[in-house]
Amino acid sequence: MTTTRMELVCPAGTPATLRAAVQAGADAVYCGFRDETNARNFPGLNFSRDELAEGVRFAHDHGSKVLVAINTFARVDDVDIWKKAADMAAESGADAIIAADFAVLDHVARNHKQIRLHLSVQAAAATPEAIGFYAARFGIRRVVLPRVLSLQEIAALNRAIDVETEAFVFGGLCVMIEGRCYLSSYATGKSPNLNGVCSPPEMVSYDEEPSGTAARLSGFTIDRYGRGQPVGYPTLCKGRFKAGGKTSHLFEDPVSLNAGGMISGLKAAGVTALKIEGRQRGKGYVSEVVRAFRKAVDAVEKGGEAVDIDRLLAGQSEGARQTSGAYEKKWR
Amino acid sequence: MSEIALTLGPVFFHWSPDRLLDFYRRIADEAPLDRVHVGEVVCGKRMPFSDPVWPAVIERLERGGKQVVLSTLAAPATVRERRSVGDLCGDERMVEINDVSGLPSRSGKSFVAGPFVNVYNEASAKFLIQLGAQTICPPVELSFAAIGAMSVKCPEAEFEIFAFGRLPLALSGRCYHARIHGLHKDSCQFTCEKDPDGLSVDTLDDQQFLAVNGVQTLSNQVQAFCPAPDALAAKGVRRLRLSPQTCDMVEVARIYRRLADAKEEPEDARFALSCLDLPGTLVDGYVHAKPGWQVTAPV
Repeated sequence: MTTTRMELVCPAGTPATLRAAVQAGADAVYCGFRDETNARNFPGLNFSRDELAEGVRFAHDHGSKVLVAINTFARVDDVDIWKKAADMAAESGADAIIAADFAVLDHVARNHKQIRLHLSVQAAAATPEAIGFYAARFGIRRVVLPRVLSLQEIAALNRAIDVETEAFVFGGLCVMIEGRCYLSSYATGKSPNLNGVCSPPEMVSYDEEPSGTAARLSGFTIDRYGRGQPVGYPTLCKGRFKAGGKTSHLFEDPVSLNAGGMISGLKAAGVTALKIEGRQRGKGYVSEVVRAFRKAVDAVEKGGEAVDIDRLLAGQSEGARQTSGAYEKKWR
Repeated sequence: MSEIALTLGPVFFHWSPDRLLDFYRRIADEAPLDRVHVGEVVCGKRMPFSDPVWPAVIERLERGGKQVVLSTLAAPATVRERRSVGDLCGDERMVEINDVSGLPSRSGKSFVAGPFVNVYNEASAKFLIQLGAQTICPPVELSFAAIGAMSVKCPEAEFEIFAFGRLPLALSGRCYHARIHGLHKDSCQFTCEKDPDGLSVDTLDDQQFLAVNGVQTLSNQVQAFCPAPDALAAKGVRRLRLSPQTCDMVEVARIYRRLADAKEEPEDARFALSCLDLPGTLVDGYVHAKPGWQVTAPV
């Protein structure tokens, strides 16, 4: 069991959100450049080179760290764009680069030995052998764990590896192993690995029909809502489908992850850092969620329980429905 | 024109031992394939069923003149699963790595990098080649142009394109067959055995869309990339992968052999495939850098 204080890692989609997260008590923020080199490539989000340098100064002045995600897979013939992003992150004084592509990891390991390397969840490394390989080859210091592992599995993994682990505690819930899911590109042509997007908004349509609203992605009906029912975003794996004579949320209900009640379990499992998801979220959301988790983590670090986190976060989850996901073995 | 080799990928589905034995007997004797992958890739819980048949299958295939490749699990998790990956990686035969977990025990010996390993660019391909990758079958979402560009820059390895079969789109920690039947993964009762091509997943408007196979999600549609051999040769792509379905795979192999030997036009090959008893309609969007479900003109 680890005795180090757990680190709270928070999303920063914009410079304003970075400041909000830092002021709300983030130990570290993670962000990306305004291009396809990171897995949240949305218009209006992310950082320029100067904004990152400024963000790093602000965070360091307040005792927080900055982790830069360069975690999509580099495009054939354009690998230099990804290498250059890594160079800019290193030059900005950021504390770590989060990467998944062998090419990006190799580039950073060879050229920027002073910066920490974290293995992105997009690399889907979930065994001691895989994590050991990345550690031996690239010197990764931390691995971000896929959202499909149980607490028991995380504890066993931590006993077998000597790099830090970071686990998601709040926000979106990927039910597929990240970095190895092509559902989005199958339907829309755009994917997390290649384009940094999943179920992209430009492919979404909400069609009013006599019985209500159909939410479609690229023409595929992902869900349908009755009149007056709140309409959800048609994320592929949270839709309703027909299979085996049943209509159901086959892959996952439209819920989001809240493992706030599992912070002490994650600590006992040896997890070093807790990650809040949501770089596309606004300042208000980030402030509130980070503040709530700051209190909860501090309570656990003092030997108490993460009391009341659900109440503190009421209203911040997708469809107000939450799950602790795969951390509980029965999820599977 | 250089020879285009044909590979039979691993069976993704939970086929009974008898079905596997029958299937590979016919493949060994009748299918014009150069290389055949064997092994459980999707779910370690199925291994106690299939493991006993592999020695006989491998012997038969090798006697039939096929190169056998041992495919490893795509998402090993338990101690037993991890040990099986390590054991397979120690084998003298060619091994397909489907997860980075296999790399430490295989580095230095030759291997195939399977479609579950993320190789998206020439620098990553070179990294794996330096570790021993001889054949690289990139993720299915990559286009022919992208794979060709990698291939041209990495002539020291063979590049293989996923040409036929339901497309492997995702893996999860959760078993969807169990979930549909109200069970948990740990007590799944192996219900995936009822769906030897995977279970179709349709939208609320009955659009055919996906298929599930235990922890795996596939396309409902069947990839049918039917390139002219000179188009492949021009990009340095030397292998086509055919992924087993319950349809007549010997006939699928014959169609692709005629196509690769320039004895059949791409449109005719495609038509011949469409006449088989397939679990879905034919698509080829991915290879043309379009959404995977789309159908486009042949290369």
